[in-house]
This record gives sequence, structure tokens and C-alpha cells, in this order.
Amino acid sequence: MMDTLVLPFWAEVLVSFLLVVGSSFTLVGTIGLWRFRNFYQRMHGPTMGTSVGCGAILFASIFYFSIGEGRVVIHEMLIWAFILVTVPVTTMMLARAALYRHRREGKNVPTRHLPQDQDANEIRPTSGQDD
Amino acid sequence: MTALLPWASLFALACFAIAMALAMLRLLKGPAAQDRVLALDTLYINAMLFLLVLGMRFGNTLYYEAALVISLLGFVGSVAMAKFLLRGEVIE
Repeated sequence: MMDTLVLPFWAEVLVSFLLVVGSSFTLVGTIGLWRFRNFYQRMHGPTMGTSVGCGAILFASIFYFSIGEGRVVIHEMLIWAFILVTVPVTTMMLARAALYRHRREGKNVPTRHLPQDQDANEIRPTSGQDD
Repeated sequence: MTALLPWASLFALACFAIAMALAMLRLLKGPAAQDRVLALDTLYINAMLFLLVLGMRFGNTLYYEAALVISLLGFVGSVAMAKFLLRGEVIE
């Protein structure tokens, strides 16, 4: 059969639960990517897959190989740490790019400075005696 | 030895296949360029998880290396395309 590693029953239940949870979260997030109306709503969907989906699948892989081979196999933590660092960078840059493009097209998105309270947004020079 | 784990990995593979198909549809349809970049980002994350589940199913750690390479290069590609959308050029 496919499986070359033999696991005890509790480990099979644990790994199967993590697999089902992670893949379901990823599928629901991608359905959100397909179904939401505008771009800023669509950015919320795939984050389910990159947070809970990646975490559950990678921990399932860690448990599977660690218990199956009888030694500690944690090199999947490398992917997890990398995803955890890089996905917010990508998401933030995409959001900024979309906001920039929508502003240039004159869409109804928040502007950089609100015109009625200009002084609330500007950075004042700090006076010496305050801090 | 029960048949629990093969069915769970089959379910996971089916979920990731459907998710990759949906991301591909958004990549083809997407009204603006940023939608396509977001769809490509989702697509590479799904492909990486698909490879990890395949590695568990076949009991082979070789798939892990491919998943690591996909996660590294996918990040570089997504950041390059987001930077291009923001500035109009990749390297300033």
C-alpha cells in the first residue's frame, strides 16, 4: 500500500485530524478568494490557508515522520518559520499596491490625508519641554 | 494498521486540488492585476501544501525539498510582482 511508515492508532488519529483541519481551512480560504466581491475582501481568504492551513499540515508532517521513524524530525519548522515571516510582507505590499492603483484610478478608497482635518494627520515637531 | 491515514491524506489532496482549481479560476478571471498576483500567491501556497501531503502519503521526505524551494521562490515572485504594481519597475 502507499504508507511505508506504521504508526500507532492515536498517532494516526492525531495526524488525520490535523490533515483534515488544515486542508479544510485552506479550501474555505480559497473559496473566499473566489467568492468575495472586491479586492480588499479577497485578501482575507487566503490568510486562513497560510496561517492555520500551513500550521496544521506542517505539524501533521512533523508528527507523522517523528512518530513513524522514531526520531525527532522537525525540518518542517523551517518552512513554517519562513511562511510566517514572508506572507505578511507579501500581503502588505499587495495591499499597498492595490491602494495606490485605486487612488490613481480615482476609486472610492481612503485617501492618504483627509482634507477636513489636515492638522490631525500631520506630524508635528516635538517641543523640548514635553518629553 | 487502519485505513484512516490514507483516507485523510486523500481528502486533503482533494481539498488542495479544488483549492488550486479555484485559485486558477481567479487567476484567469481576476478583474485587475493585483487579483491575479493574489491568486498566484494562493496557488503556490496550495501547491506547497499539496507536495507536503504527497510526501506524507508516500512516506518520502524528498517532497519536502520541493516544497521548501516552492515556498522560497514563490515569495520572491510575489514580492517582485507586488513591487512592480507599486512602482512600475522591479529593481529601483
